[in-house]
Amino acid sequence: MNILSENPPRGRALQILLILIVLALTLAPFLFHGAKALNVAAKTCVMILLAASYDLLLGYTGVVSFAHVMFFGVGAYGVGLALYALGPSWGALALGLAAGAALSLMLALAIGLFSLRVQSIFFAMVTLAVAYAFNVLASQLSDLTGGEDGRSFTVPAVLQPSFRLVHDKVFGVAITGKILTYYLVFAVVAAAFLMLLRVVNSPFGRVLQAIRENPFRAEALGYRTIFHRTLATSISALGATLAGALFSLWLRYVGPDTALSFSIQVDVLVMVVVGGMGSLYGAIIGAALFVFAESYLQDVMAGLSQAAADVSLPLLPALFNPDRWLLWLGLVFVLAVYFAPAGVVGALKADEATWE
Amino acid sequence: MSAALILEGVHTHIGRYHILQGVDFDAPAGLTTMLLGRNGAGKTTTLRTIMGLWRASKGRIALGATPLQDLPASDVARLGVAYAPETMAVFSDLSVKENLVLGARQGPLDDARLNWIFGFFPALRKFWLSRAGALSGGQKQMLSIARAIVEPRELLMIDEPTKGLAPAIVGALIACLNEIKATGVTILMVEQNFRVAREVGDEVRVMDNGRIVHRGLMAELAADERLQSRLLGLSLDSHQ
Amino acid sequence: MTALDVGQALPRRRAEILPALTPLIVALAAAPFIGSFSTFVTLTAAGLAMGMMIFTMASGLTLVFGMMDVLNFGHGAFIALGAYAATLVFAPLMSWSSADSFALNLAVFLLAAIAAALICGAFGWAFERLIVRPVYGQHLKQILATIGGAIIAEQLLYALFGPAQIPLTLPRTFEGSFVFGQAAIEKYRVLATLVGLTVFLGEMLVLNRTKIGLLIRAGVENREMVEALGYRVDRLFVGVFMAGSALAGLGGAMMALYRGQAHAAIGGEFLVLCFIVIIIGGLGSVGGSFVASILVALIANYAGFLVPKLALVSNILAMVAVLLWRPRGLYPVSGR
Repeated sequence: MNILSENPPRGRALQILLILIVLALTLAPFLFHGAKALNVAAKTCVMILLAASYDLLLGYTGVVSFAHVMFFGVGAYGVGLALYALGPSWGALALGLAAGAALSLMLALAIGLFSLRVQSIFFAMVTLAVAYAFNVLASQLSDLTGGEDGRSFTVPAVLQPSFRLVHDKVFGVAITGKILTYYLVFAVVAAAFLMLLRVVNSPFGRVLQAIRENPFRAEALGYRTIFHRTLATSISALGATLAGALFSLWLRYVGPDTALSFSIQVDVLVMVVVGGMGSLYGAIIGAALFVFAESYLQDVMAGLSQAAADVSLPLLPALFNPDRWLLWLGLVFVLAVYFAPAGVVGALKADEATWE
Repeated sequence: MSAALILEGVHTHIGRYHILQGVDFDAPAGLTTMLLGRNGAGKTTTLRTIMGLWRASKGRIALGATPLQDLPASDVARLGVAYAPETMAVFSDLSVKENLVLGARQGPLDDARLNWIFGFFPALRKFWLSRAGALSGGQKQMLSIARAIVEPRELLMIDEPTKGLAPAIVGALIACLNEIKATGVTILMVEQNFRVAREVGDEVRVMDNGRIVHRGLMAELAADERLQSRLLGLSLDSHQ
Repeated sequence: MTALDVGQALPRRRAEILPALTPLIVALAAAPFIGSFSTFVTLTAAGLAMGMMIFTMASGLTLVFGMMDVLNFGHGAFIALGAYAATLVFAPLMSWSSADSFALNLAVFLLAAIAAALICGAFGWAFERLIVRPVYGQHLKQILATIGGAIIAEQLLYALFGPAQIPLTLPRTFEGSFVFGQAAIEKYRVLATLVGLTVFLGEMLVLNRTKIGLLIRAGVENREMVEALGYRVDRLFVGVFMAGSALAGLGGAMMALYRGQAHAAIGGEFLVLCFIVIIIGGLGSVGGSFVASILVALIANYAGFLVPKLALVSNILAMVAVLLWRPRGLYPVSGR
């Protein structure tokens, strides 16, 4: 199938799971009612792009970077500040996106070149420090960025919740600007994902994997690894920037917590590892699982916590406190690292193999 | 009297590469066995496998009656095996003294032994408290060997000690090795320099493509130019 | 460990002096801009104290990395645990803390410090066994596993101690400042500096005068050769890991006392700072971390006064600047 760059997901279970997720996302406004459900769907789309672009770097090229959330933030702030400063027009949106992309590219290049100068093992730590610095800067330059509180802004008229596309309800749902925004997000993410798929299945993508396996060998074979790595970093950064722009557009708000916090970086890491490193389809699964858990697991935990408290069990109420949901996800994450390094995708593929 | 070293059917894989493909040989007790061969034949891999730095995927390695093949390097060392690797592996940030202290596992440095070593390698006395990283290549090699012999051992494994050394130092090294031999320790040595091989070696084993292709007395090989040419591609004389 | 050989005559191992002087250079450079001498003294004293606390947290990390190439993202968890451990000691001993007795005040402080170190050392042992050991040698998995461990640890701390900050009050004797004319130096900062210096001297003594220290220094350079000389490097490593965790806990306890509260977030905050410090200092070099800690703390303090907006990113800028000058840090270890 050309649209999937001649690399469709293999394995019945994997295909079914992916189709379910994609269908759910495509029809989300009509299948699920209520603001929360649509929020979950939109966030899932955004995270799919964020995770997939991260996997390009981590899973395919083998580069560990903690600066991914920084690019996400650049995209979010680019669009957010542009719309805030210049008013709710498509021109402002385009300008913000372009500015974000340009800044991201420059940062990606700088990081790529800096990695020439220092040992690779420094690289992860340096990206961590740089991302942290960005977070701090966003809070500090409050005149520009709105500081800790961030900025709320108005989006172009068509995308505003008050906008109605058609008077009547379609399948029982009012087609408001919110729905339109959702489909904008969905469409852009889908297009970007397919492009990433194309990248990893191209000769360039195969060289990246060769570099991941054995950088010295790749160099010896004549591939300039620094060029490939920098290009991969740039593509990955652009993907994250786009995701950030879409997210801030959806929220109609941008702030350090939603756009730059390190917890987002950790979340993406978990998504990619649990979904399956080195597989873009894994990013879809990982992102969907994560956002779903984040949104709904807490309710389950609240119930468990209350139940444990009712029976006066020690410690358990605290462990099941919905605020502690990351504890359980962290456990799943660590278990995945040890026992299922290929993530859900790998586990499903393994099951397939035993059938034959 | 030291023990003999025996290898039977030893295979070693490094990643996907099958380096040792069934190595069989013995290094007789108390004698010096030279391990010769082209570059890439697997000589260093053999030493590292014996030392336990790389695990043999198959086969048996024994020092006397004690099996070595599954032991970690520290256990192998504690059985009395000393290793002076090709890279010398001196600790650059430590002083010469500290390097030797590390080699002396059983207790404090023995003055008599030290003086004996200084006799061959006076530079080590001169740079006693200096950073080992400041030594020249030849001096580092001396330090590496000294560290291996600072206490008596059952088996000495030395990998290309004369590589890049000035002839005068090579002479000191030969003198040192001959005196070590006199203490009856088993020595297994990889060496490209024929003069050293001929003067120091009692036995010789030649490796090619991960296997032993010749075993016998050093003197016999030294006298047989046609055999040398066949096994090593060149006569030993040209390995100067 | 190569930097400051106290009391040794030349021509013993000579170390480069220039990197060690960078804090001094920074201080001298900042002085004219600060203007007032008393302010300068206050800032410098604050910087030194902060630097000591950071050094206490970071020195273990650099050895752990230097010896086994283990990038422990879980290090922050020990810092946080140390902070909470201090609260466990202070809570029942409030009366000692508020008593007007130097002996009792000192005692409760020392008890808290020791408790933090012991608890974190033990926790370090568990962390090494469960999280780190299974993924020895696999860099990527190590990073992921230790991050996962850090997440779990932080959440467990919240579960055990609650999500709110727990207040800590300084013992009576250590409240307030020594005043010299216009300059005021907080008493606690003096204590922190003393503790930090003690830790540093202790580490240097162990590293340079004991066989274990020798093994550690050699192991940082070439672990394989140390094994080939007959030493069990993995056992040594566990010890180093535990010591590093204990020191991180001690640093965390001290920092919590300084701030007046203990909270798990302190872990993540100082983890980044520790990474910056060990990068600047040179991975595997305790002396390097010492110099780097002071440098980073001084820069942060001076920047906080001179250019407040930049203060929080000043350490990143310092790191970039140092790496451009010395790509492997101030005191790189040979063989890395």
